[in-house]
This record gives sequence, C-alpha cells and structure tokens, in this order.
Amino acid sequence: MTDPAFALSLRDVAKRFGKSVALDGARFDVRAGTLHALLGENGAGKTTLMRIAFGMLRADGGTVASNGTARQWRSSADAIAAGIGMVHQHFLLVPAMTVAENVALGAGGPIGRFDPAVAAARVTTIGVETGLVLEPQARAADLPVGAQQRLEIVKALARNAKILILDEPTAVLTPAESRELYAWLRGFVARGNTVVLITHKVREALAIADDVTVLRRGKTVLSRATAGLDEAAVIAAMVGTLSDDVTHLAIGTHATGAAVLSLDRVSVIDDRGVSRLRDVSLDIHAGEIVGIAGIEGSGQRELVRVLAGRLAPSVGTARIPSHVGFVPEDRLRDALIPAMSLVENLALKEAGSARGVMNWSGIELRARDVVRDYDVRTGSVDLSAASLSGGNQQKFVLGRELDASPDALVVENPVRGLDIRAAAHVAGALRAARAAGVAVAVYSSDLDEVLSLADRMLVCFDGRVAVTRVEADAVSRALVGLT
Amino acid sequence: MSVFSRAARSQASASVAAALLALAAVAIVVIAGGYDLGHAATAMWTGSAGSAYSLFSGTLLRATPLIIVGLAIAVAFQAGVLNIGADGQLLAGAAATIATGLAMAAAPGWISIPLELLAGILAGAAWAAIAAVLKRRFGVLEVISTLMLNYVALFAVGILIYGPLQEPTHVYPETAPLAVSARLPVIIAGQRLHVGFVLAIALAVGIWWFMRSTAAGFRVRVAGAGAAAAASAGRVNVERVVFRSFLASGALAGLGGAVQVTGVTYKLFENFSPGYGYTAIAVALLARLNPLAVIVAGIFFGALEAGGAGMQRDAGVPSGFVFVIEALVILGVLAVDRARAVAASRAEPLGEEAVA
Repeated sequence: MTDPAFALSLRDVAKRFGKSVALDGARFDVRAGTLHALLGENGAGKTTLMRIAFGMLRADGGTVASNGTARQWRSSADAIAAGIGMVHQHFLLVPAMTVAENVALGAGGPIGRFDPAVAAARVTTIGVETGLVLEPQARAADLPVGAQQRLEIVKALARNAKILILDEPTAVLTPAESRELYAWLRGFVARGNTVVLITHKVREALAIADDVTVLRRGKTVLSRATAGLDEAAVIAAMVGTLSDDVTHLAIGTHATGAAVLSLDRVSVIDDRGVSRLRDVSLDIHAGEIVGIAGIEGSGQRELVRVLAGRLAPSVGTARIPSHVGFVPEDRLRDALIPAMSLVENLALKEAGSARGVMNWSGIELRARDVVRDYDVRTGSVDLSAASLSGGNQQKFVLGRELDASPDALVVENPVRGLDIRAAAHVAGALRAARAAGVAVAVYSSDLDEVLSLADRMLVCFDGRVAVTRVEADAVSRALVGLT
Repeated sequence: MSVFSRAARSQASASVAAALLALAAVAIVVIAGGYDLGHAATAMWTGSAGSAYSLFSGTLLRATPLIIVGLAIAVAFQAGVLNIGADGQLLAGAAATIATGLAMAAAPGWISIPLELLAGILAGAAWAAIAAVLKRRFGVLEVISTLMLNYVALFAVGILIYGPLQEPTHVYPETAPLAVSARLPVIIAGQRLHVGFVLAIALAVGIWWFMRSTAAGFRVRVAGAGAAAAASAGRVNVERVVFRSFLASGALAGLGGAVQVTGVTYKLFENFSPGYGYTAIAVALLARLNPLAVIVAGIFFGALEAGGAGMQRDAGVPSGFVFVIEALVILGVLAVDRARAVAASRAEPLGEEAVA
C-alpha cells in the first residue's frame, strides 16, 4: 500500500551501471505540498534516483509511487502525464528556437500542427499566472542563464506539472538569481504544489526546504524535517561520519621530513573571475599523508591541481618539485588514453619531456613491473587501457605515478567506484609511498576515506584552507566554516 | 616490434575485410547493371597489373600522389586534426611548384628540382597554416575552414592559369610546360613511373618510424588520441603539437602536388586534381592511419583507378564504379570499426576482482 500523502514515494530503489552501484536500496518520500531537498555528494546517486522518479531510467529493483498510486513508467512521457516535471542541470533547450517554440515542442497537440499565436499566448498566460515572465518571441540562445532556467520551468508548467524536480538549479545562477528562484519555488509550493530540489548546498537547502533527505553511496542515510536540524549533522551524513564503519582514526604522529610542496599566499581566480582559492599558505612534508576535505565547490579541486603542478596560481607562489605524481579523479579522461596499450600509457607520463628516440623495450619492462607490483589484472601490457576494469585502471595509474620515486604524490578520489579489495590495495600503496618518504596529498569526497589515511587534515571552505586534527567532529565543523 | 603488433594485425584484417566487402558490393552492382562480371574483372586486371606497362605506368604511377597525400591525411588524423583540405593544399603546392619551375627553366635539374619540391612543400604548409591559425586563435573548426579553402584554392588556380601563369600564346587555360631538366626523372626507361614513387615510399617509411619510435611522434599520437590525458598526465603542449602536425600535413599535401606537376603533368591546368585530397582520406582510413599501410592502400586505390580505366575501355563498364568502390571502402571501414566497438563494449573487462 502507498500513502496518498506522499506526492512521490520511492522505496528500496536499486540501480547498477555495469559494475558500479549507483543506488542501493534508496528510500525517498516527498510529502505533498512541501519543498524537499535531496542532498548528497557528487556520485551519491541523487540524479540517478530522480531520473528513475521521472521515468528516464528504469530501476533494477524497488517501487515508484506518486500521489498514492504505484507507477511503472515506460518513459518520462508517462511521468509528465502524471504531473511530474524535471529541470535538468544541463538545460534541454533548442537554442535556435524561440521561447514559444521551445514551450510548444513536445507539449502535445495534433502532430504537425503548430500555431505560433497560440504558443505565444500560452507563454504569456503562464507568465501572468505564475510570475515567470518571458518574451515569447525571444530566441532561447539569446536569453541569460537565469531566464533559460525560467524557460525550463515554464516548459514543465505548460504540461501541467504539479511536482517539479530541479537538479542543481542554482549551480549556474548568481546569488541574486538564486534568491529569486527560491522565492518563486516557495510560492509555487504555497499554491499546493510539490518541489524536489537536488543540491549539495547544505546551507541553502536548510534555509528553504521543509524536509531533507541525504543520500550517500546510493543509500538513504538521513530523512527528516529541516526544523531543528543543524548544518553539521547534515554534512556529517553526507560525507559519512555518522556511519559506524570508521574503524581507524590515525593521529598525526608520523615522523615527517622537509617541506616538499609549499604554497605561499596562493590565490586562484578562474576564467569567469571567481576566486576559487584565497590566500592559501601551507607546507606538505616528505613522509606524511595529508588529507584534503571540502564540500564540492569549496576550492579543493583547485587546491589539488595547484599541489600537483597542473594549475598555476593566479597570485602567490607555489613551490612544487618537477617530479610530482598525480592521480586525477577522471582517470579515463585525464590520466589514461583508453585506446592505447599499457606500455604506451606508461610512456604517457614522460610524453611532454621525452626527447629523441623512445626506448620502447625499456618502457615495456617498466610496464610489466608496474603491472606486477601493483597487482594490475591484465592479460598483457600490450592490451589497451580500456580493456581493464576501473579498479585495475586505477592501480595502473597509481603505479605509473609512483614509478621512479616521485618527490610528491597528489591523488583525487582514489577509490571512487572501486570494490573493497581494489580500494584496500590503493590505500596500501599510498601508505607504502609515505613510508618511502613521499609527500602525499589525498582528496576524497568521502570523509571516512581520508580520515582513515591522513596524518593531518586540510579542510577547504569558501576557498580558504584550515588545518585540523584527524577527527570527524573537527573536520565536519571546518567543512562549514566553523572553527 | 611487439608493442603494436597485436593491434596492427587485427586492424589489418579488418581493413582487408572492408576492401573485400567493397569489391563484392561493386561486383553485385556490375552484375545488376547487366554487365559481364568475368569480362569486367579481366579488363580490370589487365588494366592494373596485367602487364609491366599497366603496373608501372598505370597502377604505381596513379598510386604515387595517393600515397603522399594519404600520408598527409594520416599525420593530421593521428594528431586529431580533421584536415579535409588536402586538395587545396595540393593545389597550392602545385601552383608554387610550377611558378618556381618556369622561373628556373634555364637552371640545371639538380638545382631546379629540389627548389620546385621545396616550393610545393612550403606553399602546402602555408595554405594549411591559414586553417591552423584560425583553429588555434579562434577555435574555428578545421573541417569547415579546410573544406572552404579547397574552393578558394581551386578558383585561385583558375585565376593563375587565365592570368599571370597562362602559357605564352594565351590560347589555352593552362601554364607552359616545365623544361625537361625541371622534370622528375623516370625510374625505368620506357615507363612513366618517376622517382616521386621512390620518394613516396621513403616518406612512408620515415613517417612510420617517426610516429612509432620518436618522442615527438609519440606526442603527436597522444595529442590526437587523448588530448586531456596528454596535457594532464603527460604535460604535453597539445596546442603546439596539433598546430605543427597541421602544418606538416599541409606540407605533405603540397609535396604531393609538386610531385604530380614535376613527375606527370609538367604543367598546371583546371581540374589538375581529380580529388586526390578526398581519395587520400579513403586511403588513410583504409590504412588505419598507419604510414606503412598507406603504401598498400595507395597502391590498391591506384590499381582500382588504372583498372577502372581499363574496364571502361575494354568492357564498357563506366569507370565511375571505381568511385563507388572508394566510397564503399570508407563506409566499410567505419562499419567494421563500429561493429568492433560494439563487440568490445559487450565483452566483460578482464580481471575484475570479486568483492570479498
């Protein structure tokens, strides 16, 4: 039986993509007439869960119900017919078409009939009724980002959506536009509708939502009303310190050597002029593992790249040795060339600095060593990187970056998508590097992972970096800017 | 070398399969057109390899520009540059070559011939540089810019042969012929095959070695196969590598034009290129961008064109069928690639660990 008080109710939802588990028994109940924030770190399964609710993806297991009726969506057309609308993070507009045409597109009506006047009137009517005013004849491509988002919402409303799902709607908006959107969403809910807001911005979610649900690793770890809920508790649920599987909290007692990576008053300003890192000074020493934590967009991505020598500071000086190993998050894009063999992928590390004739037979021997030493399961070093599983690709990249003893190693989300054995292997390799005197910096979006590895923690908040003890409480407070 | 042999073998078999598929498809069309397949096949053989003359003055002579321009395409595509403008670069090279050769009619061959080829190389690179700079500075897609520049080159050749380079009597829309001393020597007396063929083979071997064995060649390959990984993991200056590869591709195409002018036509005229720059794309794709395989693919297409001419002459089958084969080869290669990609994605990755 399902409860009609829930506008949306998803139970025990499971979804796998190949070998990676996206959702693992997730539960999500949205009370009708409320604004519900769905929180979680990157890769927690938020978008996947909502795509299942919207009929874009089919769950491997579990049930979907809306307004008290069990549903078997065949496609998102069914979900739309049932009054659900979704605004995707990346807008689905036809840039060359007008606002009215974008709204009319796929909004029903006899095939082959399109009346520009009717379509324009529809946009105007919705504008009057809801306050989402748009010029019907404007081209979608000419609209500012905030107006494009309004258009996406109007498209959903034109199909009579009563339940509106928005995926990271404020990611592209200015603070003023965000406030405007939130005010409108509150009004929409006040008229008896329901909103699901996918976000990772905890403070905003707590300020605007009636209820929150937190996903972590495909499971629902927190679901309750926002009243009385404090930010640190939500952050802890997102990054995992509420779970009891934290067995090892290393204390920073490790003997450390000279400073290897040094930042002195480093700031990074991105292409759009936004400050990503502000006035950061720190040292990372030989023979220590420094953990880096940060809620998405806090500057940790830039910090990692500055430390790896892959991003030059806009202001300040970064003293980075020339031999730094880097294991980036997106290994198939930034670390490996999938179509090339493991031998060639090993040589890739020196591609920029190599001169003259390549010593392929020597490189092949080193590739065999890496495959053996890091337990990379492959039939041959002549096989392509694409033929390896994700865990073996990661072990290979780590082995390559540790090959020929680097001075420092910077890794980003080293065990994401890996199974337990591969993850343990990666953690072991990082500890071995520390023992060998390498300066190691590890960022993970999963706090348990870094806490179990680190001797010291660097916590990013709003582009600034605080040093904390390796304790969940201290780190959780620093993640939201409390010290 | 063992590093690439496994991949090379499976790619070679796929290319042969694509070529055979294309030939089989054409056989069906020839039969459907009411022609005698046996007669047509015999005529094709006679025209392409049935005699020393058809081999040396037909197939290999026609293969020469296809190999050189095929190498131009292979270099560009390896670097991830979709240079569709080899035809324009070839025309620019041919125009510079003829201008140089006519200006140096009195010079001995050992001076004029190298300078003619050098002029072709520089002009081809310069023509490619227009698109390469547009790509690097403004992000203009080279597929569009190089294609458009082909037409500019085509009409620029028209202006030259009706204008400053027109032959002295001003009757024919073509240039005066090169002096005998300014022409590439033939390899075998009595045959038309010239030293440009030897140059093409040497270039293929040289580029193959460069791509396989040198650090600079490896940079070209990684920049094309995975630009983000090349920049991040390899710290390769991808923009610079891509730019230089683009110019090298243009230089090779320009050399193709220079060799054709000095070795075969001895003058420049309208329709100088029957689409070498486009056929070369089929050659390079069939060769899987492998410079050594470009030799084989170039000779295959040279044989098709020589044989197609023979087929039209002796069996009455329109030689246009040859172009059908070229198109089908491209489609065949793409189809085989797609089929293999689908098969690969269905196969389980090796060595996944069980979760304990």
